[in-house]
Amino acid sequence: MSDLETFRSETRDWLEANCPAEMRQPVRDDDDVYWGGRRATFKNDAQKAWFEACRDKGYTVPAWPKAYGGAGLSAPEAKVLRQEMSRIGARPPLSSFGIWMLGPALLQFGTEGQKQRFLNEIARGEIRWCQGYSEPGSGSDLVSMQTFGEDKGDHWTVNGQKIWTSYADEADWIFCLVRTDKDNKYKGITFMLFDMAGGGVTTKPILLISGNSPFCETFFDDVTVPKSYGEDCPGFVGEIGRGWDVAKYLLGHEREMISGMGGGERTAAIGTAMKRHSAKTGDDLDPALRSDLAMFDVDALAFTAMAEKFMDEMKSGKGHPAQPNMMKYVGTELNKRRHELMMSVGGSRSLEWDSEETRGGKAPRDWLRTKANSIEGGTSEVMLNVISKRILELPGS
Amino acid sequence: MPLYHDEDQAMLADTARGFMADEGNITKQLRHWRDRDCPDGFGHALWKQMAEMGFTGMLVGEEDGGLGMGHVEAGIVLEEIGRNLTPSPFLTSSVLAATALKHGSAELKGRYLPGLIAGDSVFAVAVDETAKHRPSRITTRAEKSGNGFKLTGAKSFVIQGASADMLVVAARTSGGDDDDDGITLFAVPKDAANMSHDALRLVDSSMATHTKFDGTELDGDAVIGEVDGGREVLNAMLTAGRIGAAAEGVGVASGAMDMTVDYLKQRKQFGQLIGEFQALQHRASHLYSEVEIARAVVIKAQQLLDAGAESAELMSSVAKAKVAKAAGLSVKEGVQMHGGIGMTDEYDIGLYMKRDRALQEFLGDAYFHANRVAELSGY
Repeated sequence: MSDLETFRSETRDWLEANCPAEMRQPVRDDDDVYWGGRRATFKNDAQKAWFEACRDKGYTVPAWPKAYGGAGLSAPEAKVLRQEMSRIGARPPLSSFGIWMLGPALLQFGTEGQKQRFLNEIARGEIRWCQGYSEPGSGSDLVSMQTFGEDKGDHWTVNGQKIWTSYADEADWIFCLVRTDKDNKYKGITFMLFDMAGGGVTTKPILLISGNSPFCETFFDDVTVPKSYGEDCPGFVGEIGRGWDVAKYLLGHEREMISGMGGGERTAAIGTAMKRHSAKTGDDLDPALRSDLAMFDVDALAFTAMAEKFMDEMKSGKGHPAQPNMMKYVGTELNKRRHELMMSVGGSRSLEWDSEETRGGKAPRDWLRTKANSIEGGTSEVMLNVISKRILELPGS
Repeated sequence: MPLYHDEDQAMLADTARGFMADEGNITKQLRHWRDRDCPDGFGHALWKQMAEMGFTGMLVGEEDGGLGMGHVEAGIVLEEIGRNLTPSPFLTSSVLAATALKHGSAELKGRYLPGLIAGDSVFAVAVDETAKHRPSRITTRAEKSGNGFKLTGAKSFVIQGASADMLVVAARTSGGDDDDDGITLFAVPKDAANMSHDALRLVDSSMATHTKFDGTELDGDAVIGEVDGGREVLNAMLTAGRIGAAAEGVGVASGAMDMTVDYLKQRKQFGQLIGEFQALQHRASHLYSEVEIARAVVIKAQQLLDAGAESAELMSSVAKAKVAKAAGLSVKEGVQMHGGIGMTDEYDIGLYMKRDRALQEFLGDAYFHANRVAELSGY
């Protein structure tokens, strides 16, 4: 038996012993996801047991080094773990922007001291992070942001406002783009890390068209951000004034992550399920709707092949470095189309906003949520700009 | 298997790209034969050169004197054929007929394969009977006659039918017009009695025929595979042909897109390069995305077919439909973005538009294949 097969069999045994049956059910409600943090509570004992088992094994962040709270798994081992977890339908033990966003940035740009402190806190679910990028006047044109940190020697005094900060009202710390040099557009931004409970930070949830409030407005009123949290642990990532490099790296990482989901549920063919669904409600698919479903399935199945090719090429370093922009553009547009079709198949049933039968209006709320797919993390239009410039090498702009 | 070309395939792609650009280019082939009103619509010398390159017998098994390669390799050649709009018998002879002959007797193989491999023979395929591709309905009849058969009926859209040394004909030997069973495939030699061709030039300057069988007499050994059991062979041939046509379509789409993107970088209006206009940039970027996805689904379908996977059938339709949409977009955007010059015969972009239209129709258009995706998925 190869080492990898040994690892697979050990992993199966470990999952069998440690993943409670309740944690092998699909996520249905928001509180089925455990985000960690100072104010976190567990929904039930099973969620707690599963999180703690993973935390102790390093499986909240399996591919991170052991010294930073991970399990130090190699890429093939991490893939085996993912496969085995998905085989039994295991839920992620911990979700967080620390794992998805700040962690990768620190692994790339952080000091040893920052990694020791912040990565361990993230891996152990102790601190919940949120991301402060967009501002009311700076959406797609993110680099025009104005939130300013005035240099006070050993600290900055930060004033300004961020928007679309995901779950800022539930977060403990924020990683935040702050302008530290008003005369230097690209090289005048610093990627700061600070505690939101330190005074001067207020958050206000934004009610979305879906009826949910996953995002906030976040206001900074004379917030003190230390330049250092101790030896080898600066209060900023990378260099002062070079936060845009970190932000760009993270945006690329985010697009890659979104593209990586291409092979999953978001883009699967839907015609077969829609036919079943309409049969259940006693409806027939209109021939024109059936045609649209068929054309959608062609695009979705073709995109699934594209996602597979994209991943294969990324792994072997063959793909164009700007290709994630194309994947993000197509994947999100496809997902919007998917939900439009699901709404049409659902008919008046899919208009119900809070009935129990529709699980609280899941269909319309999800449909509305997808409209953000092609806005957040870079709009479709920005993606098309990047493709023109970097892949097709078209002039100007 | 990763979804990109391995080392050998990448080498083949380099070779095929160079060869087709040098020998199969639009000036040397498509325009040359078109402007001479060539009754074949392609050059036999190029077909012979393609044989010397080892292309013609790629899909023929090594035991039959071929190279025993797969559909990924055939697709590599087809993509270059598409990019250069090269008229040649490759798709019908080396992909469709060669796939059918895999199911033929040793005698049939011996009669036809050496000529194909040497680039001396050209084969055509006669499946369609109406203006749209409907292979589920076969009304051309073959009746027992002595030791052989007599063919009666008509076929249309027979590409290079008048130039072909042999036609693969799908006919009904039993059952009703729409029955799945009762189909038999025949290898009909060009000199068969009572067969007539009405040859026509198509929009893309390729040659096709309406072919009539008026009691065409065939020997018993003209049967490919089993009598009444031809549906399986027909399906195998169509699946290979559709994936091949899709690969050629990716070449057409890429060729047209590259021309267009180059043009955006050269043409000036209002004192600036038109490629600086965002209205055109976004359309070009969208087009790029669609062509990339088309290429991905084609290699996926090729690999599945080479692996003998059952899902190759579904994926062949996904690929044919996706490519039809992507290539259609590429040629339409191509002509529009070229502006007035795109409407002239002198400029090549219009030739891409014509070829794409013919290729879309061949073996089923996007509507046919989207519908087939729905049917195969059970809705």
